[in-house]
Amino acid sequence: MKHLIISVALAFSAHTLADTIIVQSTTSTQNSGLYDYLLPLLEKDTGIMGTGIKVNVVAVGTGQAIKNARRCDGDVLLVHAKSAEEKFVADGYGDYRRDLMYNDFVIIGPKADPANLAGARDVIDALQRIKQAGAKFASRGDDSGTHKKERSLWQAAAIDPGAGSGQWYLETGSGMGATLNTGVSLGAYVLTDRATWIAFANKQDADILFEGNPALFNQYGVIPVSAEKCPNVNREAAETFAQWLLSDAGQAAIRAYQVDGKQLFFPNAD
Amino acid sequence: MDALSEAFRLIITLDADLFEILWLSIRVSLSALAISAVIGLPLGTWLAIAKFPGRKFFILLLNALMGMPPVVVGLIVYLLLSRSGPLGWLGLLYTPSAMIIAQVVLITPIIAALSNQVIEHLHQEYSDTFYSMGITGSRALMAYLVDARYALTTCILAGFGRAIAEVGAVIIVGGNIDHLTRVMTTAIALETSKGNLTLALGLGVVLLTLSLLVNALVIGVREYAAKRQYA
Repeated sequence: MKHLIISVALAFSAHTLADTIIVQSTTSTQNSGLYDYLLPLLEKDTGIMGTGIKVNVVAVGTGQAIKNARRCDGDVLLVHAKSAEEKFVADGYGDYRRDLMYNDFVIIGPKADPANLAGARDVIDALQRIKQAGAKFASRGDDSGTHKKERSLWQAAAIDPGAGSGQWYLETGSGMGATLNTGVSLGAYVLTDRATWIAFANKQDADILFEGNPALFNQYGVIPVSAEKCPNVNREAAETFAQWLLSDAGQAAIRAYQVDGKQLFFPNAD
Repeated sequence: MDALSEAFRLIITLDADLFEILWLSIRVSLSALAISAVIGLPLGTWLAIAKFPGRKFFILLLNALMGMPPVVVGLIVYLLLSRSGPLGWLGLLYTPSAMIIAQVVLITPIIAALSNQVIEHLHQEYSDTFYSMGITGSRALMAYLVDARYALTTCILAGFGRAIAEVGAVIIVGGNIDHLTRVMTTAIALETSKGNLTLALGLGVVLLTLSLLVNALVIGVREYAAKRQYA
């Protein structure tokens, strides 16, 4: 039996060539189609440079992506939760962290807008209005980057949504898309990154009801996983990947990507 | 209705991505099925005819394992295959092999437990005859497997159904990587999360059609063979 497993394993492991890397990623970059656009360009560019790499993306929430990378199950981390990312590097799991691009979070909800977010002064006011109106709010509840942001905003608004969990505050424990499906169906408000929302195809009666607040800034970062902590990582190819994204060519490609005529990510490599 | 026409469109346009995903689903689940059958059928049979203390408990355990949630199986296999896990050195995480291993863990108990019931039934009928003819041990085991082969196809189909339909295990150990570990069920989950509900349902119809074809094929072969045998 052991021989069988090993021979089956060998038959398939031809896929995992030395120049292949695994990117542990947030979901928004995949669900919005960004990788489908970027990766062929990257593979072509780096191929010309003679350091061609094949990139495999595992898209999970930021929290899970970081945990997977801590278990050494990824060569690069591409997520959006700056303080968690900095901790990852400080703990020695990442060699460095660089700003890559940004967009912003928005609050979507039913067009009827029962909590009157249209009149909200800022995002704190918007959340307080949702609570006071007794409107429903669908939360990721999965420790993702978006969820971390959402919790910090509730905290800033001095509201403990956990007290209403299962009543008005609905924690789906799922990805952005699944939470949007739930929220849209229930007529709930949802905090989402703009890219996922624009690319989302099941909007039904929902629309962006609050946006454009500095507190809703959403920064993405890129981190190559440390070869010291994780001797199995393909550190060289990870560097090629990160440096291409941070290069003029990579930044231009990020800028050029559009869905429905809208730019989804704004490059800001430091 | 939209889903049906979407499924039809995907098939008649010979969508290359669809066929790649479909082929990987078949490859992974059939590989898992072959390995599970090689382990599960003899195990189930042996448990039906062997006599040892704790046998009943072992059978109970197998039956309970049939209800194992795929996501738990996925998690266990993930922890084993993770680069920092005990089998990390194999480098199998996020490969089709990892998905096969997870599905083997998932469906071997199903095939073993169901075949155990089939053979136990047969054993009540045959045990005296086999005993008087001096057929024991591995020869008896083989005799039962051959004799019950038609009934056992149902056990195998049950295993295949579970393997091809599950998403919880393969999405954790495979990672749903495009052109590498994306299968029908994980593609359906992804399209659902993108809000492409019609496409997701269309993929579901395609998967159901595949399952129908496999079942028809196996049952067809079984009927044909049975007819020839008794003709």
